Amino acid sequence: MARIVLDKIAHSYDSNPDETSEYALKWIHSIFENEGAYALLGPSGCGKTTLLNLISGLLTPSKGRVLYDAADVTDLPPEKRNIAQVFQFPVLYDTMSVYDNLAFPLRNRGVPAGKVSTRVHEIAEILDLSLVLKKKAAGLTADAKQKVSLGRGLVRNDVAAILFDEPLTVIDPQLKWYLRQKIKLIHEELKLTLIYVTHDQVEALTFAEKVAVMHEGEIVQTGTPKELFENPEHTFVGYFIGSPGMNFLPCTLDGTVAHVDGTDIMLDHKISELGRKARGKLELGIRPMYLQLCSGSTNDGVPVQIQAVEDLGSYNIVTVMLAGKPIRVRQEEGLPIPSDKARLVFPPQWIRLYADGRLVKSKEVENGKVGK
Amino acid sequence: MEKWENNKAWFLVLPAFIIVAFSAIIPLMTVVNYSIQDIFGPGQAVYVGTEWFEEMLGNHRLHDALWRQFLFSGLVLLIEIPLGILIALAMPKSGWGVSACLVTLALPLVIPWNVIGTIWIIFTRPDIGLLGVGINSLDLLEVPFDHTAKPIYAWITLLAMEIWHWTPLVALLAYAGLRAIPEAYYQAAKIDGASSWATFIYIQLPKMRGVLTIAVLLRWMDSFLIYAEPFALTGGGPGNTTTFLSIYLVKLATMQFDLGPAAAFSLIYFVIILLFSFLFYQALLNVGRGEKT
Repeated sequence: MARIVLDKIAHSYDSNPDETSEYALKWIHSIFENEGAYALLGPSGCGKTTLLNLISGLLTPSKGRVLYDAADVTDLPPEKRNIAQVFQFPVLYDTMSVYDNLAFPLRNRGVPAGKVSTRVHEIAEILDLSLVLKKKAAGLTADAKQKVSLGRGLVRNDVAAILFDEPLTVIDPQLKWYLRQKIKLIHEELKLTLIYVTHDQVEALTFAEKVAVMHEGEIVQTGTPKELFENPEHTFVGYFIGSPGMNFLPCTLDGTVAHVDGTDIMLDHKISELGRKARGKLELGIRPMYLQLCSGSTNDGVPVQIQAVEDLGSYNIVTVMLAGKPIRVRQEEGLPIPSDKARLVFPPQWIRLYADGRLVKSKEVENGKVGK
Repeated sequence: MEKWENNKAWFLVLPAFIIVAFSAIIPLMTVVNYSIQDIFGPGQAVYVGTEWFEEMLGNHRLHDALWRQFLFSGLVLLIEIPLGILIALAMPKSGWGVSACLVTLALPLVIPWNVIGTIWIIFTRPDIGLLGVGINSLDLLEVPFDHTAKPIYAWITLLAMEIWHWTPLVALLAYAGLRAIPEAYYQAAKIDGASSWATFIYIQLPKMRGVLTIAVLLRWMDSFLIYAEPFALTGGGPGNTTTFLSIYLVKLATMQFDLGPAAAFSLIYFVIILLFSFLFYQALLNVGRGEKT
């Protein structure tokens, strides 16, 4: 196990990139601590897999260095790096038995047969593969195949990290949950460094201790699920995490009041002070679950028009219009939904301000809590 | 639920059946007809039962031709399949080199059979042929190289011709099989620390199983039916040393006009090819499959 450092990495599939847009990864400077469970979360095409392949050595970065602990492995091929990677689709050696499949990474490294046997049986036990060890890998079901792929990743106990590239994409939802629990359990038991690539936020947030959200070739925020939810550092994080995503409203500041197209919203004293110092286009952001919908007869909040109500079982998603902009409100089932005229309350402690897409925050916050 | 059957649907295969009947079944039946009769002339046929079959099965010249045929086809498979795979592995994966290789490889495949015979007769001639003169100028052989001089020379020339002509087909099939392997397999092999030999044995070869099955079947059938090349090159000689089954069959049928025995022979020939094709197919389909005990 090792601490993995990506030192100012950039990567382009072009051999001579001259524009930033030609880089698949623009600028990544990140540290994956030893024994941590990380998720790389982002939409398709944001560079997650590229980043993973740079860590494993399937790709060599155009710029920057990859360090395992103190060792610079930038120019080493994957077989010399001692890393494990599990791919999106199960990759099996069809002609081999399950046992031979699991033993393959060990045998290639000249591990003695006795040790191979012990280790393979250990892993098979963890993954519930003991009964099929003698079967041909080709005849297994999709989830069993992916378990064998997982097993090949886990079988070496000295790897720097295990990298997962959307390993549960081809698995049925029910088994997905089971395998995710399995991976989590294995992490707790074996204390491995895990990096898990996914575009599914539920998967990332339930699995990982720290989630790195990627957007257009950059890691826009790394944090615990709670941090990502409560303090998105980038509008993209707010939008991508949460269902539905954060509401954003362009605004201007006047004292502790934010003007949103003629409507005034009260802000927290501290936040508005920071906001006044910030440069760039200001936006006000708030999570749908922190908004409160009241009937039109009260004087709290601002007047809004109700547009649509979606019943999602245990809660409703109410779409309201404020100054011509749709806002989504998450409301628990059973709470009354005012008809037509309603008022929307913005609790000041949950309002965040964004300047040019970045969270407006104080220096103390920047130096203290948000550190990795 | 009760199944309602409409057997009229069988009429839909009638057009295909008629075409196949004219192209294969009716000609085949005339052969069957000849194989069980002794025909002296129009309207003078005598039913002889299995007599021709018995005669042919005991025929020593047929036995010799059959063993020769097995040896030849066996050698062809042993050389062409590994060579084709090697060529496919060595071919570039992208860029202009791919097109260049494909065109070069396809060249022998588009040359008519009798032209191939002529090319090789001239190429190996000891007086003016590049290869013939080249070999003889090295002065290593006791008997100067000439494909009509010694049986072994005739065989070597025939094999070289066959391999030159048909290895490209195996290579193209193998190349198509290799290109179809997803990149993730190679990536996983790298992560698992597999050597290139292990990658070949455990990834490339199993993934090429389908195309190689086709290659083996095609080359087996085709080389077992070989006629044009020995006919053009040696006419079955020197002596009978390159008289393969089809050469002998044509001699029997068109030169001696023994239509009865020739028909019986044809059917035996047909059954042998069918049997071996089936065996190869089953073997290749099942190799490396099933449970390990």
